[in-house]
Amino acid sequence: MAALQRLILPAKLTDRLSTGWLNFAVLFLILLPLVIGAGLVIKSLPLLEQASIGTMLHSAEFSPQQGHFGFYAFIMASVWVTLLSFVLSAPVCLLAAIYLTQYSPAWLTQSMYFVIDVLAGIPSVVYGVWGVFVVVPLLANHVAPALGLTTTGYCLLSGAIVLAIMAVPYMLNMLMEVFKSVPIELKEASLSLGATYWETIKWVVLKKGLTGIIAALSLGISKALGETIAVLMVVGNVAKVPKNIFDAAYPLPALIANNYGDMMSVPLYDSALMFAALLLFAMILVFNSLTNFFLYRIKER
Amino acid sequence: MQKRKLLEERFFLWLMRVVAVSIILVFLFIMGIIIQKGFRAMSWEMISQEPKGGFYFGKGGGILNAIVGSLYLAGGSTFCAFLLGLPVALGMNVHWVTKTRFVGTIRFLLDALWGVPSIVFGAFGFALMAYLQIRASLLAGIITVTLFIVPIFIRAFDEVLRTVPQGLMEAAYSLGANRTQIAFIVFFRQALPGFITAILLAFGRGIGDAASVLFTAGYTDHIPQSVQDPTATLPLAIFFQLSSPIPEVKARAYAAALILTAIILIISVISRLSTRKFKKNIL
Repeated sequence: MAALQRLILPAKLTDRLSTGWLNFAVLFLILLPLVIGAGLVIKSLPLLEQASIGTMLHSAEFSPQQGHFGFYAFIMASVWVTLLSFVLSAPVCLLAAIYLTQYSPAWLTQSMYFVIDVLAGIPSVVYGVWGVFVVVPLLANHVAPALGLTTTGYCLLSGAIVLAIMAVPYMLNMLMEVFKSVPIELKEASLSLGATYWETIKWVVLKKGLTGIIAALSLGISKALGETIAVLMVVGNVAKVPKNIFDAAYPLPALIANNYGDMMSVPLYDSALMFAALLLFAMILVFNSLTNFFLYRIKER
Repeated sequence: MQKRKLLEERFFLWLMRVVAVSIILVFLFIMGIIIQKGFRAMSWEMISQEPKGGFYFGKGGGILNAIVGSLYLAGGSTFCAFLLGLPVALGMNVHWVTKTRFVGTIRFLLDALWGVPSIVFGAFGFALMAYLQIRASLLAGIITVTLFIVPIFIRAFDEVLRTVPQGLMEAAYSLGANRTQIAFIVFFRQALPGFITAILLAFGRGIGDAASVLFTAGYTDHIPQSVQDPTATLPLAIFFQLSSPIPEVKARAYAAALILTAIILIISVISRLSTRKFKKNIL
């Protein structure tokens, strides 16, 4: 920026130009969420004119050739794979974050930051490759037979495991920030009253960090809900409501990504995929607003 | 009673140790598999040549088209995100520093955009393409990925800009500087390490994301010559090759995954080193 100083442009002119560009850029960003929502609505209008939203959300029949677009199976698959991954990753992240901020030696915490950095950077398609190579055969050849079940390995549980690993860096990083920010005086007060270290964590640290914990866990959920390629590669992609965790499923993002090729040849198909994107957009916005509202209520108390 | 308390503490301590170590083990496991499988399929041909005839049946050639395509795409969209994002991030901390409510609203919107999955940006990009009458190309890919990484860039840079001391702004005003000078000379220089981290973070997201380019960038066996050509990208190259039934092609997916992971690792190392280098001159 020293070059800017040496350029003898009149300060007033650069100020006016840059402020103009700034105003344009900020207006653009403010309008962007609206434009995305509006664009998706316009694109899914042809389908919405044909069928009501209620029947599309409730019907599980999805046969584009006959013009039946029911999204129930996809929505349920999205919900299940997200919940399952949450159940797998949330306790792990909580325990690990408590350990790394309260108990562990400094070198371990430092190396964990490096691990978090790299895990967060690994592209989702690479997680997918790993899932296909490791998780899928593991479930098909060892886990399911041990439980007396048969599966191809491309199932709800594979998707949830891959998603759970992908969510770890986000949740863990945020949880560690939360636990680090708990004032040390509070912990000292609890310890001086005779509580053990674990009791202090249970009753003071977790309680004080409650809003942060909720925010971190909900970040993990919304990341899992929208994740596409990694899930698509391992989850099986069969448009039926999954009955158990070894059934193949077909979450919304996978539906959109998988059918971009032949969507132009079937009438209303592109419109249906845009509607699926709109559903996903709406689900995530509603979920995020709900958590924000909830956090606000807790903070007020 | 006392005994139960201690037992509980010991139980949870061990559980936490196991969990923390298992995260590191899973990390090593993932990296190990990618590196081991990748190196086995890696060759100079892979990174120096475009696909030749019969490439998708296991014959010769490489994925240079995808490597260069990905770099063009991520580079172009990072540049656009920089043009759009830099003034906004600076403006939020200099121009509108007194309008806390307005800045709070922008932060809220940006966080909401950060939470929107990339497949939704991909679908929106596709709708935009139909509206603007452009076909799947490098240009359409850059537009889509830019929209996707702009919030990431601004929020990451903003987090660092917020830590710049207010006194600097007052000092600069008292010396007769205007807002633009303060933003681009004082604040930018102060937050330079954060700026580099934010740019590299955005670049990494852009190069690693598959869902947003699936509809918009197309796929081709050649290196794009202009922004109107379709372009191959690394994540899609991995995805398509892995779904092939032929073992040689599948093996190439592992090599491509290794290349992509290596690019991400290099970015993260550069980010750490440059942060350390530029931190010296910060107040």
